[in-house]
Amino acid sequence: MSEIYKLTLCQILEKIKSKEISCEEVTKSFIDRAGKSKKLNCFIEDTFDQALKKSKDQDNKFESDKKLFGAPIAVKDLFCTKGVQTTASSKMLEGFKPEYESTVTSKLWSEGANLLGKLNCDEYAMGSSNETSHFGNVINPYKNNKDLVPGGSSGGSASAVAACLTSATVGTDTGGSIRQPASFTGTVGLKPTYGRCSRWGIVAFASSLDQAGPMTKDVKDSALLLEVIAGHDNKDSTSAQNKVESFSQKLKKDIKGLKIGIPKEYKVDGISKEILNLWEKGIEAVKSLGCEIKEISLPHTKYALPTYYIIAPAEASSNLARYDGVRYGFRAEGKDLIEMYENTRSLGFGDEVKRRILIGTYVLSSGYYDAYYLKAQRVRRLIKNDFDEAFKNVDTILTPTTPSSAFAIGENIDDPIAMYLNDVLTVPANLAGLPAISIPAGYDQNNLPLGLQLIGKPFDEQTVLNNAFAIEQSINFKPNYKDWWM
Amino acid sequence: MSEKQFDYYLKGEKGEYEVVIGLEVHAQVLSEAKLFSPSATKFGSKPNSQVSLVDAAMPGMLPVINKFCIEQAIKTGLGLNAKINTFSKFDRKNYFYADLPQGYQISQFKHPIVGEGKVILDMPYGTKEVGIERLHLEQDAGKSMHDQDPNHSFVDLNRSGIALMEIVSKPDLRSPSEVGEYIKKLRSIMRYLNTCDGNMEQGSLRADVNVSVRKKGSKEFGTRCEIKNVNSIKFMQQAIDYEAKRQIGLIEDGKSVDQETRLFDTKKQETRSMRSKEDAHDYRYFPDPDLLPLQLEESYINNLKKDLPELPDQKKQRLISEFKLSNYEASVIISDQAVSSYYEEVAKNSDYKLAATWLMGELFATLNKEGKEITESPVSTKNLAKMINLIKDGTISGKIAKTVFEEMIKNDGDPGQIVEEKGLKQTSDPKEIENIIDKILSSNQDKVEQFKSGKDKLFGFFVGQVMKEMKGKGNPGMINDILKDKLKK
Repeated sequence: MSEIYKLTLCQILEKIKSKEISCEEVTKSFIDRAGKSKKLNCFIEDTFDQALKKSKDQDNKFESDKKLFGAPIAVKDLFCTKGVQTTASSKMLEGFKPEYESTVTSKLWSEGANLLGKLNCDEYAMGSSNETSHFGNVINPYKNNKDLVPGGSSGGSASAVAACLTSATVGTDTGGSIRQPASFTGTVGLKPTYGRCSRWGIVAFASSLDQAGPMTKDVKDSALLLEVIAGHDNKDSTSAQNKVESFSQKLKKDIKGLKIGIPKEYKVDGISKEILNLWEKGIEAVKSLGCEIKEISLPHTKYALPTYYIIAPAEASSNLARYDGVRYGFRAEGKDLIEMYENTRSLGFGDEVKRRILIGTYVLSSGYYDAYYLKAQRVRRLIKNDFDEAFKNVDTILTPTTPSSAFAIGENIDDPIAMYLNDVLTVPANLAGLPAISIPAGYDQNNLPLGLQLIGKPFDEQTVLNNAFAIEQSINFKPNYKDWWM
Repeated sequence: MSEKQFDYYLKGEKGEYEVVIGLEVHAQVLSEAKLFSPSATKFGSKPNSQVSLVDAAMPGMLPVINKFCIEQAIKTGLGLNAKINTFSKFDRKNYFYADLPQGYQISQFKHPIVGEGKVILDMPYGTKEVGIERLHLEQDAGKSMHDQDPNHSFVDLNRSGIALMEIVSKPDLRSPSEVGEYIKKLRSIMRYLNTCDGNMEQGSLRADVNVSVRKKGSKEFGTRCEIKNVNSIKFMQQAIDYEAKRQIGLIEDGKSVDQETRLFDTKKQETRSMRSKEDAHDYRYFPDPDLLPLQLEESYINNLKKDLPELPDQKKQRLISEFKLSNYEASVIISDQAVSSYYEEVAKNSDYKLAATWLMGELFATLNKEGKEITESPVSTKNLAKMINLIKDGTISGKIAKTVFEEMIKNDGDPGQIVEEKGLKQTSDPKEIENIIDKILSSNQDKVEQFKSGKDKLFGFFVGQVMKEMKGKGNPGMINDILKDKLKK
């Protein structure tokens, strides 16, 4: 087969299982294509040789009971991978090789997947365009005269899935870092309920918001990956005890009678006409699938973004204190300890990371704590309450994923507020800890993909996935980029 | 006996001053593992040999609460007669230092696990109640070493992440000796509970001391200074004395005391400024998002309460009421759990009162002389009990017992055997005693006459002569009785 890389993860696994293709062929197919796609700058580090070797071993020792047997999977470079450089796209961790494997990735490998490499992202997952990476911009396979950003922070992951450089991937989502890039690249991205997947071994950005999740070509792939990576972990006190279902097996497109909420507050200022049209298209689609549409109100939505930009930096300012040059990673010497800290952190962190550390330090400072951090926590509770109230009447909530399609590299880099607005529709689900998925639903006039978001009740990923699956089948989105970079 | 009066007032030129002291005691939780990681906590291990990925704050590592440390804190809280909070939270205290890998210490700021309690002290002027403000759990930091290399500092993270209980007292202490008694009492309670070994020389118990002064009789508190990290009772007492006098000096000179953090220089025996209030760290406390709030079931607390061992105050009451010990004896014996166990073991196999007398007399003197702890006592409880029983049944006299004891401490000898071998057995045969008395009296006729004519003091002379003749082994009670009888005739 010449174009294995074009298949979905589930299709590949099936063909491996039926011995129609070998693990080695699959791996070679992705390695070959990734090798020709360096221009997209998706990979910070590849592990092609190891992956190839493992795939050959797998062909010799067939384990058909493994859920991801033979799947080559590159992961966001925020997951610690044993013996393989893990940088969080920061100069601070350049060359850092953990002696441990994150819980989420070790679950992938124990189901027979092989690490293909580490994917570029925004530095410490702070960004919405992948432009804050120490290892350079990632380029979106979709093009509009200029090179476009893939979104962020899981930009390398999104581009890699869209451009077929990995069979699927896992990203992390703190304020939209899985869903927004999925939307920008015409792929599926799922942020599970907070606590669904262990955070152990993932470089922390904002602990109360971070959540790992699948990024795939279609909904079924996401369902399969989620059932592999989810589950309680003794090593993460915030991971949930909830039972993990066989999401992929229970996946169904019959969603007749499902009640879907349309929050009026998501018609935010500056949202493009095309996005509103897409949303309308989504509403029509679910109506025709027999769902009941309900207008709902999430009155505190407008406070979500400012709330997020207090809580996330606050936690980040503390989480990133450990990168001090003392024990590992980058160090710039100084005449004393304080100067060493100053030099190390000035040179080791990029501008966006420093900006957020400063914001976070400020909002936690004595005299400002109550006005910012404490108030933000209270508003966060109100946002959660809005959702709880809404979910008394609906099963899922349908919204656009982003207020616009992918933008050109450099377009928003000097305007942090404009950049932060990218997350306006995705952060509420993080603040409320809810599962949310972005699925590709159409193109804008420039032929750039647009995504729809479905938000569900806590730990009700199954309903979210079913709903997404039904829309996916109904809309039948097809990637339409050309391999212009080869 | 008239009770003594509290008299620790410091004299200045312009009157007497009262010293007000509050302590923040840091007690290392007795636990095999650290507060948020499974690393070992053994003292004196090779540097950086007890460091997990969590302790070293590697990227992506997360803390997981060690339930045993929670249990230890609750037990200590119960021992301090304190309120156990069913809801508590861990916060991050943010600051940078080379031996603080995370860049923050996980502590409890707004919602400590233990609330208000109290501790009772036995002072020469009566009992004194000291209020406990709170007890919270926190991580210890690592250790920076600046003397290993001319150009570099080294860091040992063995201590990083070890569980500490910070026990905050109310400003109820008024003198260095009350501070000494308070620390001893806390240590004793925690040793009874097995929640902290209290080894100050190993740093398992240390304190920040808050000191202020005010004119005697004043109700207002003065401005306090905090003396950081003092690790012995003696140093605490010296530091308080120095600091109180320094503050009085300032006040009398018309200056004001600045609220600040100070260090005690143990060599110069003085405190000096470390940082002023203006330079105080802004720790940016906020709830640790990696940990869920700690919620405890009432039944869990009640079960711990039920299984609590007897505590020093209870034991003291029991020793007074059941064992008929004096308040003083009981206080001395309960102050150290090992001592009280030793005592009880001896007492229940011999005689309550004699056991106390011998323990606090001969045995303490021996331990003192040899610089040993009760746990290293050269005389076992079994043998001391045997010896006391020999006194009780008249086999040896109290005086002979001292000789036997001298022998026993050499290699924990069996007192029965020593008495046998050395021929120290007391003679209680009335016939034999009578014969010797007759012999002494007949050869001292003149003295007998003098006695009978009123020189009562000579009775002691006759006893002495008889004892001498019997090589000290005569039963003193019987000698007395028979002699009295003979001399009456």
